[in-house]
This record gives sequence, structure tokens and C-alpha cells, in this order.
Amino acid sequence: MAADDVKLRVSGLDFFYGPKQALFDIGVQILTNRITALIGPSGCGKSTFLRTLNRMYETLPHARAEGEILFDNEDLLAMDPVALRRRVGMVFQRPNPFPKSIFDNIAYGLRVNGTYRGAALHEKVEKSLRRAALWDEVKDSLHKSAYALSGGQQQRLCIARALAVDPEVLLLDEPCSALDPIATAKIEELLFSIQDQCTQVIVTHNMQQAARVADFTGFFLLGKLIEFNKTEVIFKTPAKKETEDYITGRFG
Amino acid sequence: MGLRNTWRKLVNLVMFSLTGVCALVTVGVLFFILGYLLWYGGTSFSWTFLTHLPTPVGEPGGGMANAIVGSAKLLFLASAFGIPIGFLGGVYLAEFGGQTFSFVIRYTADLLNGVPSIVMGIFAFAIVVLPMKHFSTLAGSLALGVMMIPIAVRSTEEALRTVPLMLREGALALGASKWKTIATVAVPAARKGIITGIVLDIARVAGETAPLLFTAFSNRFWSPGWNQPTASLPVMVYTYAISAYDDWHRQAWAAGLVLLSLVLVANVVARLSFSRGSTR
Repeated sequence: MAADDVKLRVSGLDFFYGPKQALFDIGVQILTNRITALIGPSGCGKSTFLRTLNRMYETLPHARAEGEILFDNEDLLAMDPVALRRRVGMVFQRPNPFPKSIFDNIAYGLRVNGTYRGAALHEKVEKSLRRAALWDEVKDSLHKSAYALSGGQQQRLCIARALAVDPEVLLLDEPCSALDPIATAKIEELLFSIQDQCTQVIVTHNMQQAARVADFTGFFLLGKLIEFNKTEVIFKTPAKKETEDYITGRFG
Repeated sequence: MGLRNTWRKLVNLVMFSLTGVCALVTVGVLFFILGYLLWYGGTSFSWTFLTHLPTPVGEPGGGMANAIVGSAKLLFLASAFGIPIGFLGGVYLAEFGGQTFSFVIRYTADLLNGVPSIVMGIFAFAIVVLPMKHFSTLAGSLALGVMMIPIAVRSTEEALRTVPLMLREGALALGASKWKTIATVAVPAARKGIITGIVLDIARVAGETAPLLFTAFSNRFWSPGWNQPTASLPVMVYTYAISAYDDWHRQAWAAGLVLLSLVLVANVVARLSFSRGSTR
């Protein structure tokens, strides 16, 4: 892999919640414009790891990360967090639309970054909603509250909101776990459709989803990255026994 | 066995009746007061009452227009001073506070809330009235404003705490700074609770008499500007009620009626608007 294919280069990453260590010496390379899945049993550290990539852990007073993460060869842990989060977006496990209208939800990121106004803003909002395959469903009710949408629609709204600011990386923390299979399928379609536009890292409990969606997969266990490779390799010919045990359902 | 059963049922009945009666007494007291005010004050409550100045002592008639306006001015200035401080203090506690510092602030606010209102009055007297060498609306507003702060702090903090972390994280993840997140997501989401708190705060302070006795004092005439003593409804109630004139007594009841109505309306409006939910 050529060096400029790597979007995020993590090495020697340790993470602590106060005195308790949650991640041990994580090293991984996330490639540009590919979908990378992180799997593992509950509490293994995959969400913790995901949240180091946009430094969301900083909302917790005693959390700290040590080690190195390079984002396009810039030190991610030393960057301005606000600037970082404008380039690395996140979608959460449960849909969390703001108590505002559908339009204002999508426009929020754009307004906060201050680059779009008026007609250009409207265009951007429409484009985001089209990308999320929501435009036809909501175009006549843009000024209604986002809470009027169904769970699946709200999650697509949250993805559209995150995509509106054109992030280079999109982090997804079990985005479909609160949704039914049809809504899940729509979201997976959406993630496929934007593959060439942004790098995606998706944490999932659902191994079939990882197999369906991801180019690369990483298996986490007890805070360590046990194995990381092309999805096919992980699922068909895993190198480590722990990986194989998890995949075949012997635990987790 | 039968006797035990009967005894148990008797105890149940007694407790039920006792608690029921006490609940009724609680509600009944309010209606009793309201009834009394309506009965005695209703006759004096008129357009004249609302729009005329008090007449010279001994002359019947006249009204409390200056007291109504005076109370309004006092509350307005007190709110302009107390609400922003309380609101921003509450925002700090909910969004930024560390463990120890927050605990100290919260505890201090609660202590401040417990300071007797007459002590607030002496405080404002010493700080504003003595240097100025006269009573004023400003001094009265200061006393009332300081009383408004702790309530505003606590109600703002509690309202903000009901906003889920998820909403804030959603804003942060889009590249909003902490202040933008608070101002454009957290506070709007909590606005119903915050506004309710403010309305109830104003209503509570509207009836405070002791702090006004030696700050705003009183005035038989209009009080232009902020530098002069001003009449206010609670102080008028006091002055008129202990006077020797029947006509004044009736006017005191009417003033009490106006005050109580304001407090009731504020409470009802606040509760109704809050019950529509805080996250829509």
C-alpha cells in the first residue's frame, strides 16, 4: 500500500479512563476511501477506539489518550479538536437529531462552519438529503420537527447531517443497532454509495454487516487489536485463534 | 383472624381519611385566602384603583397606580440584574463545573437563597441607600435582584441537566465549539424549563415586602426615573392594612388580590407551557 493511501495511521495508542486502561498499544492503518469495520464482543474497546479518532473522549474529565495518531501525516492528538471534528464526522448508535426542524438539522454543521448562506445553503441541504435518499420523503416538510421522522429516517438524517459538511472521514458507532432490518439495509446502501467520497470506519456488533459492507476488518478483544486485515481474510482464514473463536460464535 | 382483619381495615380507613383531609386543607387554604381577598378586595378593585394615584390621607377614593407601576419597575430592573447572572451561573454549573468548585457554588447559592429577605434589605440599605443618602428604586431592585439569583441558577442548571449528552455530542461531532454547542443546542433544548424557572422566580420575588421597606421605601406619587423612592404593591398592603382607615383597608385587600392574581397567573402559565415537553 502506497503511503498516501493511508488516511489514519495509529501507532502505540494507549487509552485510559482515569486509572483504568481501556486500550493497549493499538496500531492500525485506515486506508483512504475504504470502509473499515471494527468488530468484537461488548466492552472490548472498539467504541473507545473509534472515539479517539475524533477525540470525543475529551468530554469526559478523566479520559486520556497516549501514543500517536497521524491524520494525513498531521498529529491528530495535538490538533485543534474543533478543526479535527470538521474533517472527521461521527454518527452515533442511537439517532440524535436536534430539537429543530429537518432543514435546521442538516444546516447546523454548515452554519456552524459559516461557509454557506442563503441559496447556497439550501442547495447543500438538498444535496445532503438526496445523498441520504431522504429528499423525496421530506422535501415537503423540511420545516417540521426532526422528531416527527421514524427511527430509520432519523438515523439517515443524522448521516445526512454529518455528510453535509463533507468530512474526509466518517465514523459510525453501531449506526444500525437501534433499527429494523429494512432501515439497516437502506443505511448500508447509503454507506456504499458514498464510499468513494469519504473514508469510513464503522463499529458493528453484527458480523454479517461487517462482511457485507467492509473492505477491511479489525477484531478487538479486551482492549487489544487482535487482528486486522481484508474482510475476506478475517472471515475465511483468520490468523489468530481468538478471531476464529469469535467469528464462529464460540464466545461473544 | 377476623378481628385482625377488621383492625387492619380500620387503620387503613383512618390513614386514608387523615391524609385526604390534610390534602384538602392544603388546597382549601389557598381557596380560602383567594375567597377572602375576592370578598373584601373585590369592592375596591376597579378601574380607579388601577389607574389613579392615592388620595391625600383621610380622603376616600384614589388608587394604587403608582404602586402597580412601581412594582413593575422594581421587578424589571431586578430581573435585568438577577436573571442574566443566575442564568449564566446555572450554565456554568451544568456545563463546566469541576467537582469541588461546583459543589461550593451550588451550596453557596442555596445558602444565599436562605438569607432572610429583610437581611437582603439591610444589605441593600447599607450599600446603596446610605451612600446615595436617599431611598430609590435602584436600591429596591438590587435587593430583589440578588434574591432572584440563586433560584435562577438552580432552575437553569436543572433544566440544562435534562438535556441528554447525546444531543451535545451530536453538535460537538459536527465541529461546533463548546460554547456554540451550549448556545445553539443545549440552551434551546432546555428553554422551556429555563423560562418556567424565570417566570416562577419573578413571581416569587414580586411579593417580597421586607427588602423594600428600607430600600425603595414608598411614595404617594409617581416615581420617575430610578433614583427616587417608589411605591410598590406589597409595601402598600403593609401601609394600608395597619392604618386606621376602612377605605385603606379595603384597598389593601384589593392590592393583595392583584398580587395574588399575578402570582397565580404566572404559575399557571409557567406550568402549562412547561407541560408541552422540553425537547420539541
